[in-house]
Amino acid sequence: MSENSTLAHHFDSYAQQKESASLGMWVFISQEIMFFGGLFLAYTIYRWRFPEAFAYSSNELDIGLGLFNTIVLIGSSLTMALAVRNAALGEKNGTVRNLILTMLLGSVFLVVKGFEYAHKWQHHLIPGPNFQFSGPDPVHAQLFFVLYFSMTGLHALHMIVGLGILAWLTAQAAKGRFTPENHNYVEGVGLYWHFVDIIWIFLFPLLYLFGRHHLT
Amino acid sequence: MTSQHESAPALPEKHYLSGAWSPQDWLLTKDHKRIGILYLVGISIFFALGGLMAVLIRMELATPSGDLMPADVYNRVFTMHGVLMVFFFLIPSIPAVLGNFLLPIMIGAKDLAFPKINLLSWYIYMIGGAMTFYGLLVGGIDTGWTFYTPLSSGYATGPVLTVAVGVFIAGFSSILTGLNFIVTIHRMRAPGLTWFRLPLFVWGHYATSIIQILGTPVVAITILLVGAERLFHIGVFDPKIGGDPILFQHLFWFYSHPAVYIMILPSMGVVSEIIAAFSRKKVFGYKFVAFASIGIAVLGFLVWGHHMFTSGQSLYAGAVFSFITMLVAVPSAIKVFNWTATLYKGAIAWDTPLLYALGFIGLFTIGGLTGVMLGTLGFDLHVHDTYFVVAHFHYVMVGGAILGFLGGLHYWWPKITGKLYNEFWSKISAGIIFIGFNLTFFPQFILGYLGMPRRYHSYPEEFQVLNILSSAGASILGIGFVIPVIYLLASLANKRYAGNNPWGAVGLEWQIPSPPPTENFETPPVVTDEPYTYPQPDEKEAPVGV
Ligand SMILES: [Cu+2]
Repeated sequence: MSENSTLAHHFDSYAQQKESASLGMWVFISQEIMFFGGLFLAYTIYRWRFPEAFAYSSNELDIGLGLFNTIVLIGSSLTMALAVRNAALGEKNGTVRNLILTMLLGSVFLVVKGFEYAHKWQHHLIPGPNFQFSGPDPVHAQLFFVLYFSMTGLHALHMIVGLGILAWLTAQAAKGRFTPENHNYVEGVGLYWHFVDIIWIFLFPLLYLFGRHHLT
Repeated sequence: MTSQHESAPALPEKHYLSGAWSPQDWLLTKDHKRIGILYLVGISIFFALGGLMAVLIRMELATPSGDLMPADVYNRVFTMHGVLMVFFFLIPSIPAVLGNFLLPIMIGAKDLAFPKINLLSWYIYMIGGAMTFYGLLVGGIDTGWTFYTPLSSGYATGPVLTVAVGVFIAGFSSILTGLNFIVTIHRMRAPGLTWFRLPLFVWGHYATSIIQILGTPVVAITILLVGAERLFHIGVFDPKIGGDPILFQHLFWFYSHPAVYIMILPSMGVVSEIIAAFSRKKVFGYKFVAFASIGIAVLGFLVWGHHMFTSGQSLYAGAVFSFITMLVAVPSAIKVFNWTATLYKGAIAWDTPLLYALGFIGLFTIGGLTGVMLGTLGFDLHVHDTYFVVAHFHYVMVGGAILGFLGGLHYWWPKITGKLYNEFWSKISAGIIFIGFNLTFFPQFILGYLGMPRRYHSYPEEFQVLNILSSAGASILGIGFVIPVIYLLASLANKRYAGNNPWGAVGLEWQIPSPPPTENFETPPVVTDEPYTYPQPDEKEAPVGV
């Protein structure tokens, strides 16, 4: 085995190393699902308990921006998937290009999210003493916005962490660290990125769309 | 198999301890064995701190009036006792120390699948521990280890946020350990080591890891939400905006009931190894014991409501939780019966590890059976939040988890250090711990049954005799915990080397030198047999039936 082999000393083969990395990522995602699961449970219970307050509150969210962000994020999943494929084929430049595209799309998502948050701030929709809500049941509407900020905030935090990891990954890819035998990091980060994407695919309908039609 | 004849065991020339000893060789090590030692240092510190809190509790309760400390201080002392012992000692104790050290060796691997993540988990653990310790230094918190809202989110004083974040962080070290174990057990087994050739220690850790992966993140998000609520004065458990503090209890116990099995399942794995080694027999009903671990892990996720019988959950929910709680007794009893059957007609060697294993069986059985009593809806309403509950979970956690940990530490100490400890003192201290433990906690069953509530610093005069018995027992127990520290540390200076296999046990870990070389195996092992194949005196079949 050559000096700068990418096979770690405690593995017997590239196949074993690859299988371990991928199983490890799936186990990590399982714990992430349980982590978000607590919030989804809270959302479900409170939505069922205060349907009116939640429906009117979700009307305050901007469907247009939410839809735009959904499309942006799905696009970033596509570029991420392409980056994984490039790495598997040993195409260094393609990998770097698609990773950068993924980071760009992720950043667009976060900027739009920032504008949405600012908008909520201007309309006094931050739960607390300054909360103002014109719809019925303003007390329980606060609960909706607590959940809105907790869920999207935690999701955004995962995006920010993801962007940091992607930046590191891009630098590694540019140095040509990934080979068709070992590009486990690219695959692992890819899985993570798709997972964060899927969380949003659930958040968007639950927070923006669900129950809205009752109001018109 | 590498069985050279060993006349006078000598220390191997090169092993994992003989390498470089500068700080970075330890603090940046990726060797699972050295990381296990780092964890041993960490949990010992937190055990001592938690034990100090226990001393203060038992001193206060020696007299009926609250004379040693005001109620407010007492609240902080028992809270810190619980937080330190549960999150920083019991949960990491066996997996992170013995599991870390032994699991790769037992499956014939050079290391865990992710050595860097293993080291990271130790740092995460120590950072969480340091934050909690800081919280203790600046006065401690009075929420109880359960962090119930709205007390914790709005009313408790002290550095609740710091300690909550400390516990939150430590949770991720537990998650990472579980992740590493699951991947290692799936992907790193030696050729020929099929699932049903795995030692039961490994099965126990596999079941534990499942709980760590699926349970811990739930309590993590819950504690995060409590922290946010405390920080922003508004949150999802806040009744002022329609939030439900009972939801907190559901989420908290969804983890914290299975957390008991994070403590007990590895301990059961240790006991299985010890019983087989010191009765020189195959574990009776190996597959049943293995699947019982998985059964306990799965059922453990479905019983959390038994902590909430009095919190206003529906009677039907209570009845269902009560029923499933009793089901957990089935796999637990399978283990106890199978260990007993393993001992039956075995060639028993009364060494210290076996004493601990037998102690475990006795105390865990009492802890488990009183658990069934508490799981019974009607009885629980009577003794809810009394010392009966306190006695029950200490029988499981101290009598179960700690005796298992000590038994394992004594069993594998010669492997870990290459040295033999003082046999006389180790047996004496095992006896002292057993007596001290029962004297401490058995009276608490009676106290609870008579109605003494937990978490108060004063109590009516009529409870004093039993409380004095309990405090006296705690002193004895304390001595029992100090003696092993002395003779185990003294053994390090011992010139008597243990040799590769002082117990004559089977298992991959006993076929390599003590202490093991850094890479564990010189040549990768190939497994051709079931575990625990001890040569029988008459090669007839093992006894069937009684
Ligand atoms: Cu429980």
